[in-house]
Amino acid sequence: MNAALQKAITTLITSMADDALILGHRNSEWTGLGPIMEEDIAFSSMAQDKIGHAWALYRILQEHLGGEDPDQFAFMRAAKDFTCCHLAELPIGGYDFSLMRHFLFDHAEAVRYESLQQCSFEPLQQLSKKVKGELKYHTLHADAWLLQLCRGGEESRQRMQAALDRCFPLAAGIFEPGPQDALLADAGIYPGEQALYDKWLNTIYPLLVNASLNLPDPAEVAPQYGGRYGNHTPHLQALLQEMGEVFRLDPTAGW
Amino acid sequence: MSNQSYDPRVNRLKLGNADDPIKVEEGENWNVYEVFHQEKRGAHHEHVGCVHAPDPQLALVFAKEQFGRRKKCVNLWVVRSADILAFDLEDEDMFANNLEKTYRDASGFKVMDKINKFKGEAVKPPKA
Repeated sequence: MNAALQKAITTLITSMADDALILGHRNSEWTGLGPIMEEDIAFSSMAQDKIGHAWALYRILQEHLGGEDPDQFAFMRAAKDFTCCHLAELPIGGYDFSLMRHFLFDHAEAVRYESLQQCSFEPLQQLSKKVKGELKYHTLHADAWLLQLCRGGEESRQRMQAALDRCFPLAAGIFEPGPQDALLADAGIYPGEQALYDKWLNTIYPLLVNASLNLPDPAEVAPQYGGRYGNHTPHLQALLQEMGEVFRLDPTAGW
Repeated sequence: MSNQSYDPRVNRLKLGNADDPIKVEEGENWNVYEVFHQEKRGAHHEHVGCVHAPDPQLALVFAKEQFGRRKKCVNLWVVRSADILAFDLEDEDMFANNLEKTYRDASGFKVMDKINKFKGEAVKPPKA
């Protein structure tokens, strides 16, 4: 593998891992506060899954691409060195926002990992098989809640519509294109952000229609980009502060 | 008038009369669903507990994390508790004399000699 391709794959994996770590941490903030006990457990468990995905990706960086130790990489980097999307960074807000974010993000993950099943870089291809069942459950959970809340009366539906309107430009930012996309597509790593974005829209559109929600016209929406280049909302810094607080007391401690 | 619950186990307790009866309308409360866990394909689904959920689909979604995430699991059933027909507690006397009818037990039935003999024959090489 040449150096340019190695760098491109590292960029892709770092973004995927940072998204999973940051949103996993965010969603774990619902632990103990979920609307009902069953949902609290389910949502917390899925947050753990996300952190597991992040760990697996950081491990691939370490083992195959000369990356750092996953814990050091996750807890000691500065905010500007993270490449997560803005959607993952925002505070949990209400359950309407958090569920809509979960719905949009996990469908994006499902589309992304599905494309990686044909990935020419074997560690990513193997990981895509491993997480397939988890993501199936995550999207099943999201779809069931979406229908439930959109059919739970007009106020409930309106709140979900408002959450969709707010989340959609942010979620479109998951698919921020980069200069490495063409190289990765040519090398058979994955089809590139634009192709995933189109596929994601085709996945979520019928689900939203079924829930009587209006998808904002993608042609009219300006995706919220910047995260993949290290430009973040102020919320990321606060999150990193809290997430790494214990780890930084003694970064070399054995756990 | 006793309080009616959508959880039949609560009704079976016959908690007595309340001065102000609380009427529960269909859909006002979430339902209780019984969860049945299957450890491997072909095995019986075994009752493991229950979840609260607004509909069967979410009951399955919840059951998966409550009961399917630790030990081995290949499938789950959920059944609305209210859809299960059970005897009243006061009908327990129907079962009271079971222990006296030992002649119905299979415990006195000696078969191990026959089984062992059969097994012994099975390992012999077939006659040419």
